[in-house]
Amino acid sequence: MQIKRAWRVLQRHWTVYTKLYKSSFALNFIEPVLYLVAMGMGLGVFVQDINGQPYIKFIGPGIIASSSMFAAVYECTYGTYIRMTFQRTFDAILATPVNLDDLIAAELAWAAVKSVIYGLTIMLVVALFGLVDSPLLLLAVPVIFLCGLIFAEVSMITTALVPGIDSFSYFYTLFMTPLFLFSGVFFPVETLPSAVAGIAWFTPLYHLVNICRAFAAGHVDHVFGSIVWIVVVAAALAPVPFRLMRRRVIQ
Amino acid sequence: MDIVSAQKLSKEYGIVKAVDGIDFAIAPGECFGFLGPNGAGKTTVMRIISCFLPPTSGTVTVFGTDVTREPSAIKARLGVMPQEDNLDPDLSLFENLIVYARYFDIPKKKSVPIADELLTFVELQDRGRMNIKELSGGMKRRLLLARSLVNSPEILILDEPTTGLDPHSRRAVWEKLNKLKFNNTTLLLTTHYMEEAERLCDRVAIMDSGRIITIDTPQNLMLLHGGNLEDVYLKLTGRNLAD
Repeated sequence: MQIKRAWRVLQRHWTVYTKLYKSSFALNFIEPVLYLVAMGMGLGVFVQDINGQPYIKFIGPGIIASSSMFAAVYECTYGTYIRMTFQRTFDAILATPVNLDDLIAAELAWAAVKSVIYGLTIMLVVALFGLVDSPLLLLAVPVIFLCGLIFAEVSMITTALVPGIDSFSYFYTLFMTPLFLFSGVFFPVETLPSAVAGIAWFTPLYHLVNICRAFAAGHVDHVFGSIVWIVVVAAALAPVPFRLMRRRVIQ
Repeated sequence: MDIVSAQKLSKEYGIVKAVDGIDFAIAPGECFGFLGPNGAGKTTVMRIISCFLPPTSGTVTVFGTDVTREPSAIKARLGVMPQEDNLDPDLSLFENLIVYARYFDIPKKKSVPIADELLTFVELQDRGRMNIKELSGGMKRRLLLARSLVNSPEILILDEPTTGLDPHSRRAVWEKLNKLKFNNTTLLLTTHYMEEAERLCDRVAIMDSGRIITIDTPQNLMLLHGGNLEDVYLKLTGRNLAD
């Protein structure tokens, strides 16, 4: 892998993104706003304060984390798959000095960048709702990048293995939806039976939600362990998507 | 010295032998064609030469370097025109060329005049701002040709450059390729059109089931075996090229 060659691919993604974002950018806001209004303002009326926070304030940082997660996951499932198969963008790029490892590194990095773009956007929305107490939340940005990398790696592994684009629905239904629901975005996982709550510790979203929630409230309790978790897992998973994509693309 | 050469080259996919122990050598400035029906192994050979697939056994050298050793350095000097459209559908014609040039480390200051020049070369100069989706098949093919030339390649690899084109567009592509040949670019192409091989190639390798049956000039082949290349093919393989 060579940074400069991976950078060329990142530049391509940026060029395409900046050309198209005008038509889709507004959509980025809509989903989190819907969650905040429906869950925070609607359901929240019937929910008691959680750890001394009104419900809408509790879910705000969770929505930031989950939106950044979905941004990376979409990019390295549908996005990568379409570039690899239907558009044959991979073939086009691999005919240049860029090699497969450079290309995969760029796909992963781009997904992490998109996590940050979405994370920052939703941070702005949540802040506009008046749900952020501390500018410390901005410290979450590099963590969102790293966690985006984990989501990108897991998604890329899936993309390397699926027989066809329809198979992604299994990944979303069986993996992403439970992750979204049981990682502490909408309620503290401690509410669940301890065996179930224990599983949450093994998921990246749980840690990202923890960090965003602590930083938004202006404290750093239990944050250190979660950051270490994210760094270690991001590094440990890294070789797998490269190996599997080599097997998929170069026969 | 040969610009491309292969010794005992084989490529297997599981138990299928796509390429079965072939040898060939191509001289600089030559136009060399791989002729054969679908499934003969032509595309696989092209993909190995363009450092996309590693050989199962045997060696292939391009510019004197083994393809498995320094793929990036080799690819920097190659142009590849693929069989299927892999243009960036979200970008304009012009942007497609600029983005592609960037992979070769060509800065924008240089790639803009190159893109203009190449669009003129393939007669798409008035459509630079258009969307890829608005192009006909023939125009896409011409743009793919232009894109394969952004790095002024010493070898141009063309996988069925005119398959699926109408006679008019086909002649337009041939005309461009003849110009490149005249400028001493080495051309490697696969085709199953006899007329294409006769018009463009200095030598052709006739392939069948992963093997090279013979390598010679089209003229010699026709002289030796009589008739046109179509008849030569039938005589050598016992099969029709269209099969």
